[in-house]
Amino acid sequence: MSNLQDIPVVLSQRTGSDLPVLRERGQREVFCGLTGIVWLHRKLQDAFFLVVGSRTCAHLVQSAAGVMIFAEPRFGTAILTDRDLAGIADANDELDRVCMSLLERRPEIKALFLVGSCPSEVIKLDLARAAERLNERLLPQVRVLSYSGSGIETTFTQGEDNALKAFVPIMPQTDARQLLVVGCLPDVVEDQFRRQFEQLGIGPVNFFPGRRADDVPSIGPNTQLLLAQPFNGETVRTLTARGASVLAAPYPFGVEGTTAWLRAAARAWQTPDTQFDAVTAPLIRRARAALERYRPQLAGKRLFMLPDSQLEIPLARFLNREMGMALVEVGTPYLDRQMVSEELALLPPDVVLSEGQHLERQLDRVRAARPDLTVCGLGLANPLEAEGLTTKWSIELVFSPIHGYDQAADLAELFVRPLARRERLAV
Amino acid sequence: MQLTLWTYEGPPHVGAMRIATSMRDVHYVLHAPQGDTYADLLFTMIERQDRRPPVTYTTFQARDLGGSTADLVKTAVAEAYERFKPKALLVGESCTAELIQDQSGSLACGMNLPIPVIPLELPSYSKKENWGAAETFYHVVRALLADQVPPPGTPRPARAEGRRPRANLLGPTVLGFRCRDDVQEIRRLLDLLGIDVNVIAPLGASPDDIRRLPEADFNIDLYPEVSRTTASWLQRNFGMPATRVIPMGVGATRDFIAEVAQLAGIDASALLASEQPGVAGFSSSLSRMPWYARSVDSTYLTGKRVFIFGDATHAIAAARIAREEMGFTVVGLGTYSREFARDVRDAAKLYDVEALISDDYLEVEQAIGAASPELVLGTQMERHIAKRLGVACAVISIPIHVQDVPARYSPVYGFEGANVIFDTWVHPLVMGLEEHLLQMFRDDFEFHDDAAASHLPAVARDARHAAAPDAVAPVEPVAASVATPEPVIAAAGEPTWSEDGERELKKIPFFVRGKAKRNTEAFAREHGLATITVETLYDAKAHYGR
Repeated sequence: MSNLQDIPVVLSQRTGSDLPVLRERGQREVFCGLTGIVWLHRKLQDAFFLVVGSRTCAHLVQSAAGVMIFAEPRFGTAILTDRDLAGIADANDELDRVCMSLLERRPEIKALFLVGSCPSEVIKLDLARAAERLNERLLPQVRVLSYSGSGIETTFTQGEDNALKAFVPIMPQTDARQLLVVGCLPDVVEDQFRRQFEQLGIGPVNFFPGRRADDVPSIGPNTQLLLAQPFNGETVRTLTARGASVLAAPYPFGVEGTTAWLRAAARAWQTPDTQFDAVTAPLIRRARAALERYRPQLAGKRLFMLPDSQLEIPLARFLNREMGMALVEVGTPYLDRQMVSEELALLPPDVVLSEGQHLERQLDRVRAARPDLTVCGLGLANPLEAEGLTTKWSIELVFSPIHGYDQAADLAELFVRPLARRERLAV
Repeated sequence: MQLTLWTYEGPPHVGAMRIATSMRDVHYVLHAPQGDTYADLLFTMIERQDRRPPVTYTTFQARDLGGSTADLVKTAVAEAYERFKPKALLVGESCTAELIQDQSGSLACGMNLPIPVIPLELPSYSKKENWGAAETFYHVVRALLADQVPPPGTPRPARAEGRRPRANLLGPTVLGFRCRDDVQEIRRLLDLLGIDVNVIAPLGASPDDIRRLPEADFNIDLYPEVSRTTASWLQRNFGMPATRVIPMGVGATRDFIAEVAQLAGIDASALLASEQPGVAGFSSSLSRMPWYARSVDSTYLTGKRVFIFGDATHAIAAARIAREEMGFTVVGLGTYSREFARDVRDAAKLYDVEALISDDYLEVEQAIGAASPELVLGTQMERHIAKRLGVACAVISIPIHVQDVPARYSPVYGFEGANVIFDTWVHPLVMGLEEHLLQMFRDDFEFHDDAAASHLPAVARDARHAAAPDAVAPVEPVAASVATPEPVIAAAGEPTWSEDGERELKKIPFFVRGKAKRNTEAFAREHGLATITVETLYDAKAHYGR
C-alpha cells in the first residue's frame, strides 16, 4: 500500500491559515448535497423540493430524514425510469407532467425547487431550463428554482449553498444599508439574534433564507454580509458579485465565536463599545456559567473529527479554545480558506487538518490515536463504538440549534453526552 | 418519471449490500458517487450492526467523468482485496455508475485476483431492493457452485442409510424481518423432527459454506423474495426440492412440518397429532397461541377489521393468521412486491378483497382510509399511516425501523413465532375486558371521552385529573391520536345531525364512535335523509350490525 499521506507543502510557519493540510482522495463516508433538503424544507415552509433522480436519491433523503415522516412531506423524487433513459419518454415532458400534477395536488406550495442529482447531471437534464419553462406557465402563483445536490458535485451541506445561490438572481436590487445574515438557522436562534442586533442598534437586519421562499431579501452595494454557516461559499461569492461585502468574523459558536461575530456587525454599525459590552456582558456571563458545567468533562479529552458537514473547523476551534479539548485531527470535506480564514487563525499551530477523505486510511489513524471522542457519520458510529471508541453522530450538529450564546452549552452537551453515557454504563 | 414521496424499497444495489453484509468473507466493491454511502447507516443504525457493511465505494466525482472513473474501480478493487482479503468479491454499480458504463464487473474480472470475482448487473432504473438481493444471492451461489453442477439428468444420490436428513435454510438476511430469530426457531423445529441444518445462507454463510449447499437433501425457501430464484436454480441443476409453505402462524407451521416431513422422507405424525386444530390446547401444543385465541377473553377480537400490507410473503401469511387464528376479518390485502403480485392476488380471492399491488405510499394510505380497518398490519410506512388515521398498527414486514429489531427473542416463524404474533397484534388494540369496562363505566370520570387505553401512556389522563390546581400544563390528549372523536360538522349537501342524534352519538364509546358516525351518515345518505335523529342512529345500527 502506498504511503498514508500526501502533504503537498509543508510550510515553515505553522500558524493561522498557513496550516499544512493533509489532502486525501478515496472513499468518502459523507452524504451528498441532497441531504440539505431535510432542513431546508423545514425552514422554507411554502417550498417543495423535487429531486430529479433515481430510487437511490429517494431512499437517501428518506433514510437521512429518519423517522420524520409527515402526512405528505414537502419533498419527493421524480424517479427516472428506463423509459426516460431510453428516450421513449421525453424527459422534459415527463418532468413538466410530474411538476404540474404535484402542484395541482399541493396548491399551497409557492416555490418549487427542482433538485439535480447524479443521474440527472450525467444524462445532462437541464433543470435550469426546465425551471424557466415552468416559470413561464406558473409565475406568479409558483416560482420554480433549480439547483444541484448531486454527489458528483456536492458534499452534504453544499446542498444548502447551491439552494441559496439559486435565489441570488431573483433578489431585488437595493441601495439601502442592511445587514444580511447568510445561512439557514433554526427560527429560535434567528429570533435571539434579531433581539441582540436590535439591542446593539444594528439594523435593518435580514436573514437569508427567510422563513418562506417568497420572502426573498434584497441585495446591493450597501449590504453587509454576516455569515452564519461556513458552507455557503458559492452563495457568498455570488452575493459579493452583486455588490455586497462580507464582515470578516469567526462563526457564532460558543461565547468567543458569538461575541466576535456580533462585534463584527457592531463595528460596522459603529455601536459604541460601552453599549456592546452592556448588551453582551450578561449574555456572556450566562453562557459561560452554563458552559462551566461541561468544561471539566471535556477539558483534556482528545478529539478526532471525521469530515462531514464543514462545521468541523469552527466546532474544533470552540471545543479547543473554550472547552479545553485537544485536537487529534480535524477533517473537512473540502477546505474553503476564504470562508474559514478567521477560524484557522484561532486553531492551535500543531493541529492536523485533513481535507477530503480516504476512509480506510483515516480509520487507521483513528485506531492508532484512540481518541477520547470521535465525531463521525451515522454509518460509522456503531462500528467504532464496537471497537471501544466513543463517538458523536455528526448529523445532530446540523439538525440541532447550536449557534449563539444561549445554545453554547447545548452544543457542548452534545459532545459531553456520549462520554457521560459511557461512564455511566456498567453493562 | 415516477413521483415518489416515500419508497418501500431501496435500489437494487442496496439488496446486494444486504447479501454481502449477511455473509462472511465476502466484500462488495460498489462503483458509486459520494452520497451512496448513506446505505451503510441502514445497517449500522436500523439493524444496529457492530461492523460496517463490507462495502468499498469508489466515490467518483464530476471531474473524474472525463475518463478516470474506470481507474477508480481498479484501485478500489485492488485496495479492497489487499485490506480485507475476502474469499469472494462482488463488483457492481449504483444507478449513476450504470449510466457511465465503465463495465466495472469486467474490469475487476480482468484483474486476475486469486479469488472468485462475481460481477453484478442490477438495473437500477427498473428494479428494486428485494429483486437486487435475490439476484445477488443467485449469482453468488451460481458462481461458487459452477464447477459442481452435475450433467443434466444425473439422478440425485439417495440419502445414506442411518444419516439424518439435511436441509439448507435459504433467504435470511440482515435488514430482513426477524430473520435472526426465525432461523433459530426453524432450526429448533427441524431438530425436533430429526433433521439437520446443513447451511444457512446468506445470513452467516461464507463462500465455503455456499459450496456445501448441495450436501443437503432439500432446501427450505424461507424468504422467497430473496431465495426463490436460488432455490429454483438449485432444484433445476442439483435436483434439490424446495419447500413452498412459509411457516408463519400455527396452521402454516403444521403444513410446513408436513411438507418438510414429506421432503425428508420422515414421519411427523406424532408431532402433528398434538397440533391438530381444536386439540392444541394449553398443555399439549408447542404454541400457546391456539389456546390464547380460544380463551374467552379473546372474544372481542372477533371480526376486527384488519388491513394487511407488506412484502408478499409476510402479507399472505398474515392474512391467513388474521382470519383463521385470530378470528379477524381481512378487509384489505396488498403488497409492494410486484414480483409476487400473482401470489397476493390469489390470496386476496380467499378473503373476497381486491389485492392492492402498489409501491405508491399515498395510494396505500387512501386504500387503508377507505377500508376503515380497526387494525393495520404493515410496514414502517403503514405504521405512520395508521398513526395519522388513529388506527392501531403492528409491523409485520420490511421496511422496518429500529424499534422493529427487538433485543429479545422474537421470531414470527414457527410455534414460538405464533405466540409472538398473538402478543404483537393484540397489544395495540384496546383490550377486550377494558372495552367491556369502558362500556359499563362510561359515565364515570375516569372513562371520559378522551381517556386512553390503560396500557398506553397515561399523560393525558393524569394531566386532566391532577388534583393540584397548578399541576401539569394542558397536554394534547393521547386519545386524540388513538381514536379521534370526529367533530359533528355537516358539509354542504350532507345529512345534518339533529341535537338529540348528536347527544346519543356522544354516548357511544369513543373507540367505536367514529365508525358509528360514518356508518350512520352513509346510511342517511343512502336513504336520502337530510337529518339524522336518534332513530336514524339506531336504524343504521340495526342495518350494519356490529
